[in-house]
Amino acid sequence: MLELGPMLRALMRNKIGALLIALQIALTLTIMVNAIFMMQERNRQMARASGVDEQNTFYLSNTVFGENYPLQSNLARDLDQIRKTPGVVAATQINAIPLSGGGWSMGLQTKPGDDVDGTGTAVYFVDTQGITALGVELLAGENFSESDISWRERTSNKWPPKIIITQKLAEKLFDGDWKKALGQTVYINNHDPMQVTGIVKSLQSPWNGWDNTEHASLVPSQLENKGSRLFIRTEPGRRDALMPQIEKMLADSDKQRIIRNVKTMTETRAESYREHQATNNILLTVIIVLTLITGFGIVGLAMFSINRRTRQIGTRRALGASQWQIMRFFMLENLLISSLGVVLGIGGAIGLNIWLVSTFAMTPLTPGLLLVGCAALLLVGQLAVSYPALIAARISPATATRGRA
Amino acid sequence: MFSYYLKLAWLSSKRTWGMSLLMVLAIALGIGAAMTTITVNYLMSANPIPQKSDQLFYVQLDAWDPNNPYFDNGDPPDQLTYRDATTLWQAKKAPRQSIATGAAGVIEPADKEALPFMAQGRANSADFFPMFDVPFLYGSGWDEQADLNKEFVVVITSEINDRLFGGKDSTGQTLRLAGKDFRITGVIKRWQPQPRFYDISTGAFQDSEEFFVPFSLMSEQILGQSGNNNCWKPTESGFKAYLDSECIWTQLWVELPTKAEVEQYQSYIDAYADEQHKFGRFARTRNNKLSDVMTWLEQREVVSEDASMMMAMALMFLTVCLLNTVGLLLAKFLGKASEIGVRQALGASRRDLFLQHLVESGCIGLAGGLLGLVLAWLGLEAVKSMYGDWMAELAVLDFNMVLLAILLAIGSSILAGLYPTWRACQVQPSQQLKAQ
Repeated sequence: MLELGPMLRALMRNKIGALLIALQIALTLTIMVNAIFMMQERNRQMARASGVDEQNTFYLSNTVFGENYPLQSNLARDLDQIRKTPGVVAATQINAIPLSGGGWSMGLQTKPGDDVDGTGTAVYFVDTQGITALGVELLAGENFSESDISWRERTSNKWPPKIIITQKLAEKLFDGDWKKALGQTVYINNHDPMQVTGIVKSLQSPWNGWDNTEHASLVPSQLENKGSRLFIRTEPGRRDALMPQIEKMLADSDKQRIIRNVKTMTETRAESYREHQATNNILLTVIIVLTLITGFGIVGLAMFSINRRTRQIGTRRALGASQWQIMRFFMLENLLISSLGVVLGIGGAIGLNIWLVSTFAMTPLTPGLLLVGCAALLLVGQLAVSYPALIAARISPATATRGRA
Repeated sequence: MFSYYLKLAWLSSKRTWGMSLLMVLAIALGIGAAMTTITVNYLMSANPIPQKSDQLFYVQLDAWDPNNPYFDNGDPPDQLTYRDATTLWQAKKAPRQSIATGAAGVIEPADKEALPFMAQGRANSADFFPMFDVPFLYGSGWDEQADLNKEFVVVITSEINDRLFGGKDSTGQTLRLAGKDFRITGVIKRWQPQPRFYDISTGAFQDSEEFFVPFSLMSEQILGQSGNNNCWKPTESGFKAYLDSECIWTQLWVELPTKAEVEQYQSYIDAYADEQHKFGRFARTRNNKLSDVMTWLEQREVVSEDASMMMAMALMFLTVCLLNTVGLLLAKFLGKASEIGVRQALGASRRDLFLQHLVESGCIGLAGGLLGLVLAWLGLEAVKSMYGDWMAELAVLDFNMVLLAILLAIGSSILAGLYPTWRACQVQPSQQLKAQ
């Protein structure tokens, strides 16, 4: 039979030492499980697709400062130059960039009226090449044609008759069935009708933390603005070479404006989730260091208790206990202590999670993660104690006959 | 006596160097993590203008959608409509008042070789500078007449002044901004309040502006407005309609030195809202707020959730490290039972022994604290490089934080040493001597 009786009696004699280890394990579990959980939530957010062909797209800001600048004809000239550049797949003027943090949102509703609750959506003004330039997938309906595109002045609040929306937005507006949306009329500005002429699979809004971040709309307008952006998609692998080339071409063609902020979508994604990534790195470091500290703490205390019991161990060896039995004794002792810690830790982890949920609007913990955490810490305990236990097992039976070691 | 205890502590640590190292490391890591997160939280929640934060009040009115509150918790919107802000500003019911919004424009250097560049600015009224104690290097702000006459005057930062005028006094000179000639009235020194309390609508830790122009120019459509702009009610097309709309993009601060003035101003804005209500605006229940700087920053929760969550984690982390230390100290002191027995037999009192072991724990704490400071510095550098520019001013150890780190380290290690010390003092000398 396993030596549970003597083991418990030995533990009771050093209650505090055992309790300290148990408490450490409990707190480690509490922090570890919640930290991993927070990391998972962020990873899920970061894994969402923006809908854009991120690898092969970039954009730039075009800021005009000259007086009496022919905005319309020069935009046409710029787009024409870009589209003719070998390696460019498509280019469009656009008012905002997905994931970038700055943009325009409006409410859409299926019935007109001031008292109808609208559904929020990001608005992207694009021309006929918008869908190709972004690289979004058209699920149903059709792209805008040349005749759909109208000019929009900076302070205008008039809306063209057509709109293309994302699948998620269509589902939200039409009771979960996006197919119903095609051809329907939606209302913007509470009263102005627009017809849904196309549905795209996915396109994220400029705000990654927004509840409606999967809601986006494409509107066929060109902006008559002194500040606007051009969004460009290239053939695979040619983006990085084309970026400086196009920047220089635009900057040289016209001295009445500044071309600035030339950025890839890959950079934009990294910037957008920079804080998420940083927080995850910190959490990961905390988990690793914490586990190490707990592990070394266990090593230290086990070494100490083995040192104190050298003669006792020697006596047991002299009385016929095998090396394996000695090792098993310390491994089991640690398992017992760790189990107590894990049980306390489960309570702690759930408690901390409840606090986090109520204070920071997080979602509750999953039981699977908690179990994995428990198993991991029991394993850490066993690994940590195995070295001191090995040393204990190597104590010579002859120690029993000597004086204090 | 103290130096003798120090010597004993050193000898004892040397004898069990592995354990001592483990303890110092554990405390250092705990202190490092705690100090990194405490510093970020401390700087995020700092008072950016302590000398008069209780005299500056942010004005909030609620002219928002009657069917939907602006904030879910019912707080009024965080900015004002242009028409409300200008009406209150023109009424001059406060000794000083600053109406403002973000602005942006292209600056064209006089040197034709230099490239034009985009600059972020602020459109504000004359009182902005004296109200927020903006430090001037040369010249000053503009006067109220410049606001009323929509004069093309500008205040620039020393960075812009260095770039365009080689750092010389440029007051009176011309700056080509947004296609117009502006007269420079002043150059300000580096000024970066953290949080940037006077405008947190685009985030509380943004860089401060590169130029300042009169707010009244905003109605002339010369500079672009930058920052947040939220609308709930459809507007007509055209700039005039936009200025009269229910869109919010303007901020108003008032300086009210006495309690009586605060009450007066509150009743003034209440009366204003009630009057507007009669004309069919302000359909929501009366919801006007005057908040001083710190109340305002708390209302808008400028300390990020991540930061406070991290701090909670780090403090628990420190607790684990301390539990670790308690365990190791306990092991160490109990291992010294025979030495303690000898010292007792030679006449050391329990008080002596207690002090001796507290000194030993304190030394370990001090070593851990110093190493922890190095780790905290490394941690803050890592935070800066991972989070980016806006963290740069929030990840700096100041004197208070260094002091806190040392005290926290020594205090917590002495605390951790209390129980092991007490146990050590319970040793019966006779038993120990017998066992020798």
